[in-house]
Amino acid sequence: MSTQAQANPSGADLAISDEVMIGLTGVNKWYGQFHVLKDIDLTVLKGERIVICGPSGSGKSTLIRCINRLEEHQRGRIVVDGIELTHDLKNIEKVRREVGMVFQHFNLFPHLTVLDNLTLAPIWVKKVPKKEAEEVAMHYLKRVKIPEQAGKFPGQLSGGQQQRVAIARSLCMSPKVMLFDEPTSALDPEMIKEVLDVMIELARSGMTMICVTHEMGFARTVANRVIFMDKGEIIEQNEPEEFFNNPKSDRTKLFLSQILHH
Amino acid sequence: MTDMTDQSIVPGTRPDLPPPVTESGVIGWLRHNLFSSWWDSLLTLSAIYIVYLIVPPFISWAFVNADWQFLPSVISGEKAPEFSDCTSGGACWIFVRARFGQFFYGFYPDAERWRVNLVLVMLVASIYGLLSERIKNKKPIAWFFFAVFPLLAFFLLYGGIGLPVVPTQQWGGFMLTLTLAGIGIVFSLPIGILLALGRRSQLPIVHLLCVLFIEFARGVPLITILFMANVMLPLFLPQGVEFNILLRVLIGVTLFASAYMAEVIRGGLQALPKGQYEGAMAMGLGYWAMMRLIIMPQALRVAIPGIVNNFISLTQDTTLVAIVGLYDFLNIVRAGSRDSNWIGTEIEGYVFCAFVYWIFCFAMSRYSMRIERKLQTGHKR
Amino acid sequence: MALAKGAPESGAVANPATPQVIAFWRDERKRGMIAQVVVVAALLGFIWFLLRNFLIKQEMSGAPPLSLYFLQDVAGFQLSFSLIPLTLDSPIGRVIFAGALNTLIAAFFAGIIATFLGLLVGIARLSKNWLISHIAATYIEIIRNIPLLLQLVFWYGGVLTALPKPKDSISLLDVVFLNIKGLFLPKPILQEGVGLFFIAIAVAIGLAIFIARWARKRQMATGQQFPTIIVNTALIILLPAFVFVLLHDPIGWEFPEKGAFNFKGGLTVQPEMTALIVGIGISTAAYVAEIVRAGIISVSHGQSEASHALGLKSSWTLRLVVLPQALRVIIPPMISQYLNVVKNSTLAGFIGYADLFAVIGTSQNQTGRAVECVVILMVFYLTISLIISTIMNVYNKRAALIER
Ligand SMILES: Nc1ncnc2c1ncn2[C@@H]1O[C@H](COP(=O)(O)OP(=O)(O)O)[C@@H](O)[C@H]1O
Ligand SMILES: [Mg+2]
Repeated sequence: MSTQAQANPSGADLAISDEVMIGLTGVNKWYGQFHVLKDIDLTVLKGERIVICGPSGSGKSTLIRCINRLEEHQRGRIVVDGIELTHDLKNIEKVRREVGMVFQHFNLFPHLTVLDNLTLAPIWVKKVPKKEAEEVAMHYLKRVKIPEQAGKFPGQLSGGQQQRVAIARSLCMSPKVMLFDEPTSALDPEMIKEVLDVMIELARSGMTMICVTHEMGFARTVANRVIFMDKGEIIEQNEPEEFFNNPKSDRTKLFLSQILHH
Repeated sequence: MTDMTDQSIVPGTRPDLPPPVTESGVIGWLRHNLFSSWWDSLLTLSAIYIVYLIVPPFISWAFVNADWQFLPSVISGEKAPEFSDCTSGGACWIFVRARFGQFFYGFYPDAERWRVNLVLVMLVASIYGLLSERIKNKKPIAWFFFAVFPLLAFFLLYGGIGLPVVPTQQWGGFMLTLTLAGIGIVFSLPIGILLALGRRSQLPIVHLLCVLFIEFARGVPLITILFMANVMLPLFLPQGVEFNILLRVLIGVTLFASAYMAEVIRGGLQALPKGQYEGAMAMGLGYWAMMRLIIMPQALRVAIPGIVNNFISLTQDTTLVAIVGLYDFLNIVRAGSRDSNWIGTEIEGYVFCAFVYWIFCFAMSRYSMRIERKLQTGHKR
Repeated sequence: MALAKGAPESGAVANPATPQVIAFWRDERKRGMIAQVVVVAALLGFIWFLLRNFLIKQEMSGAPPLSLYFLQDVAGFQLSFSLIPLTLDSPIGRVIFAGALNTLIAAFFAGIIATFLGLLVGIARLSKNWLISHIAATYIEIIRNIPLLLQLVFWYGGVLTALPKPKDSISLLDVVFLNIKGLFLPKPILQEGVGLFFIAIAVAIGLAIFIARWARKRQMATGQQFPTIIVNTALIILLPAFVFVLLHDPIGWEFPEKGAFNFKGGLTVQPEMTALIVGIGISTAAYVAEIVRAGIISVSHGQSEASHALGLKSSWTLRLVVLPQALRVIIPPMISQYLNVVKNSTLAGFIGYADLFAVIGTSQNQTGRAVECVVILMVFYLTISLIISTIMNVYNKRAALIER
């Protein structure tokens, strides 16, 4: 069910600058007494495409949700594009403006049409005139190949279409980073490819991306780094070839064997 | 780019640490739940102040400074208890103690009160039997409850065949409240089922009649229906037939309750997937057999929380029968505190009354919520 | 039979018997008809039975035939409170009309209290502050499990009769007084030129609407935002205030003054009415709170998360994403709560407030016209419930989410 690696240049050939986009140092987080993230250190350079995998409950979602402050971390530092995430609301707003996020369950706004979903944030946050926002929205709808659905409501679309709208909605804010939290795991198999294709295309355009996903084909095709998490820790990270062919830790091996022959 | 792993700590061996003190324990809890911002702290402090204004005075009135004990002269039978026996300045619970029997049994003769108790025991036992999960075979209990019990209860409460008759004028208090609500629910169930089926029926006239009845009963206040049953109903009865006031009220209450019951059951019917109907019809069952064997058992199960909620509302609504001069629980307590011996006990009466209603209704609403949760988890579609 | 063309026809061709006659009780089409005829016949029979009883009794007792002419008769009883002038000679119809107005006015104010208090409690119930949310929950659970009538008689008999006598009135700034005889408020007396003041209010509101529209349009066209809320609030307060000052107090106030036994002048709200409005308001607020809470939690957490992730700040998230969705869930049950408020106001009679039901009860007692009185009562409440359910249907049609 995963997309086959195509005959295109693999992720490693895409340009990565040495500018730091996201920096996490010693990040710790607890839910009540439960230690979810333990001493996470992670540096993401501009243009990097990172895939995070790991067993369910290992803290992958929590990690990327900390990056746009949907969750608060309790110890350590998170710096996004030079802005540190603290209790300062202004900084949080700035970071959220630059970071787009795509959820497992799409979270489109059911009371707005597809077009209104796409223009809501540009109009209110970026203060773009409506007409311009709509032009931008149509541009991205074309990019995700569903311009004809602009007038419909989310409830009238298929899962794959909804997820593509959600991606377009984030892109309308011209983010510098895109976060994906298992964007295909709520989809029927035949719809996964259409969403992955959009994501691959996005990666080729040079977007900095962090994707939580178990689509290993996708990881091989576009990622320049694969991170394995377990029990709140980063256990191992490496280039995709190395990661898949020559995993170092036993836990990674076990995990890979489980998801590759399920 | 290849080697980015931190070599100083072996990955995968970091221990679970406790959260920082500001996050855990009492301090963390307080910080998160009461003082997370200055605005939150302000709210918390004002709330504490309001609680402080209300709760301690109430506790001192209701418990610390309250009078509970009869005077020795009352116990020895020299004098009747009265309001002036209460001297502590707090609540006069002597009033409630002195009138307790009346509050629960109305004017039912002392010697016959065991009959009410017996009915109550049978009621509680059979409801427990019907609702408990431990008892699997509910058929005999259901038969007893729906066929034998009403007759038995009527015989016990009213009398006849050897038992002295207690006319309904002597019924009152909590017993009357329960009787009204109980009979209302039991009789409104079958009528409600028929109305709900009628409302979903394909037959236009039947559908229309049921809709008209349901919307009429739900559109007017209960008190106007009681008024109608009280002043208008007698005019339409045949010459020589008299319904006593309790029976008239019961007719009004039952008709009112059936409309609400019908809507709850209709909700249960709508919750069933179409497949259940199709499955039943494919088995060759006729309409009534399908309803009785397949549809109703499931729909009623889904409707139980709604039925319990109806029972709660009806219990509260029965206070309105005071308008036609019946002494239900609230009315008898009010009458008690208007007694010349007890002038000044109005608040005590209301608080006691509220306490009893509250316990009863709150327990039932918790029960209904529990079933609802169970149905939701066990019945996912 | 190889010539049979279509499968559906083959049966007919194979068995060309005469059209079968189905006994009517087995014909599924006729069965429904028969059932309906039976139901209608039974119903008509029942109605006929009741009517016959009624007519026989009427004839035997010599009661006058049904008619509404008695409404023109002199009532001979007074109401303790009325919005329209009444005398002892007023016809019954007019008194009943006054009762209906009393019902509506009490329900109106109770509805307002219920809405605002309910909103407040519902939001408090959702608060992250543990204490606030538990106080709200306690309020809701206490109110919902105690009969409304008990609450009303408690407010009236328990609280209001415990209020001080007129000479020890509780006062607010020496202009509002509360005592056992009622609530005393200053009464506005309109002076010359007050028209200008009201015009100023109207103009301010009109201007505010215009500004809101203009700001929205400009934002859509250029992207620039305008502080609509602040500007409009200032406008609505300042413009009328300015005119008010220019006109040198166009509204005089008649303050309640201490008389020999009670306050004189000003606006008096009877204790009965106060108890009814406060009692129903406080009780309905608990139900409103539950509705509000249910509405807001019906909007999934993912919605506000997605909105935050797009960079919309909390107030916009609430306004643009959460509220529009929550209102669709909140409004229909709110509308039926308003119907409940009207229905519950029939308890007024228990605490001596002359609402429609109480007036009808008295009229029935005096005239013996049971059927007519019941009919008037039912028509009134059914009309209101019809109006309210029409509003609800219109709303539901408009708000229906388009979904697959
Ligand atoms: N809001 C929350 N409150 C308490 N525990 C949570 C919450 N969200 C997640 N968790 C717990 O944190 C752990 C990590 O969750 P998550 O980051 O969603 O894992 P993943 O995305 O890797 O499956 C899980 O054990 C989960 O139960
Ligand atoms: Mg996850």
